Amino acid sequence: MSISDLLKFGNKRPDEPEPGAGSDAPAPKGPEPVIPSKALEKFINALKHNEAPVLIDFGPVIGTNVAFFGEHLGCKLYIEDLATEIDKHTRDKSRAALAETLAKRFTMADASVDGVLCWDIFDFLEHPAAKAVAREVVRVLRPGGAVMGFFCTKPIDRAPFTKYEIVEASSSLRHRHHPGTGGPKFVLQNRDIIKMFDGISVSESFLLKSNTREILLRRRA
Amino acid sequence: MWKRDDAVKPAPPGGGPAAAGTGQSAQNNLNTSPAPEAVRSSDQARGMEKGPVNIGKSVVIKGELTGSEDLTIEGHVEGKIELRQNVLTIGPNGRIKAQVFAKSVVNLGEETGNVTASEKVDLRDNGSVDGDIAAPRVAIAEGAHFRGSIDMQRAGAKPGEAPKAAEGAKPAAPAAAPPPAQQTAPAPATAGPR
Repeated sequence: MSISDLLKFGNKRPDEPEPGAGSDAPAPKGPEPVIPSKALEKFINALKHNEAPVLIDFGPVIGTNVAFFGEHLGCKLYIEDLATEIDKHTRDKSRAALAETLAKRFTMADASVDGVLCWDIFDFLEHPAAKAVAREVVRVLRPGGAVMGFFCTKPIDRAPFTKYEIVEASSSLRHRHHPGTGGPKFVLQNRDIIKMFDGISVSESFLLKSNTREILLRRRA
Repeated sequence: MWKRDDAVKPAPPGGGPAAAGTGQSAQNNLNTSPAPEAVRSSDQARGMEKGPVNIGKSVVIKGELTGSEDLTIEGHVEGKIELRQNVLTIGPNGRIKAQVFAKSVVNLGEETGNVTASEKVDLRDNGSVDGDIAAPRVAIAEGAHFRGSIDMQRAGAKPGEAPKAAEGAKPAAPAAAPPPAQQTAPAPATAGPR
């Protein structure tokens, strides 16, 4: 390959597939880690103020989480499983259309939701798609409602999807591999997050040892 | 002639022919009493009615399916399924595009539409639901796919009452309205190849 080729294709062969396209991302090796979460407890406390809170979960469905939120907290849950949507668009090579799809996806009425569990889904979205989802979150969130999201601090070329299982009296999360294409992880700066969620404000932010930022956003009651 | 009433009486227990009387009476009894083999097969048929009902892989039903016994679906059903007091099992080959109302639902196949159960919804490994679930207990196994809402608050939800989305919500996309009935299959449904 000549230097001009390298310049032309940005050090990537033209026939090289996009990272994450087609095949499943490799699962992380070793046991699934259980990591304490500081934002989760505060998120749950925010939900407890409501009698029958309405909750959206952007992650893949997990039976124990459903039992926890549905039976213990009496939530009505909406499982949106955006990882599957991202996976589908990656396999179809239609990630450019993801923003448009996600903008139309949420059927909830304005100000009808008490909590949104974003997990790390925003890391996997390009900026337009992330903005579209954030706009919908702001639209559906009730006054007093809470949003919890995890945001990476370093970009990753390709990461597998993770699903987060609530364990140990709701203070820790088991990080479990979720099969799928995964994809690149993009970094959103704090100011980007504040701008994206215009209308709701960051109430808590924690930097974990894993360099993940756990951010809790609240809409004023 | 004078023995005609006796002749049409059902066979005595045991299925054997009635005790032979004189000439014509005996002849009548022989003609009308079921043969032992026939009795055996009708007992078998009755036994099958009591057992689990299965809609086989090759069966396609479009319309409203109601019944009062447990049902397993391995085929395709579109429309509405009502088993108010019974268990509906969607087998690994089952493909349902319907509103479901049952006592309990066990899903190992594919379901598109809302599910309302008065006791439990059990979504097993490789089972899939695209729609809203309303049941006091919901179990979701590892490897199952679900997209929609789960409402466990409506304990004792009345079958026949569709689960509601959030107050004033836009109509949910996966909710499958029953199409006009093309074929009504009252349970017990046709058994297909297993």
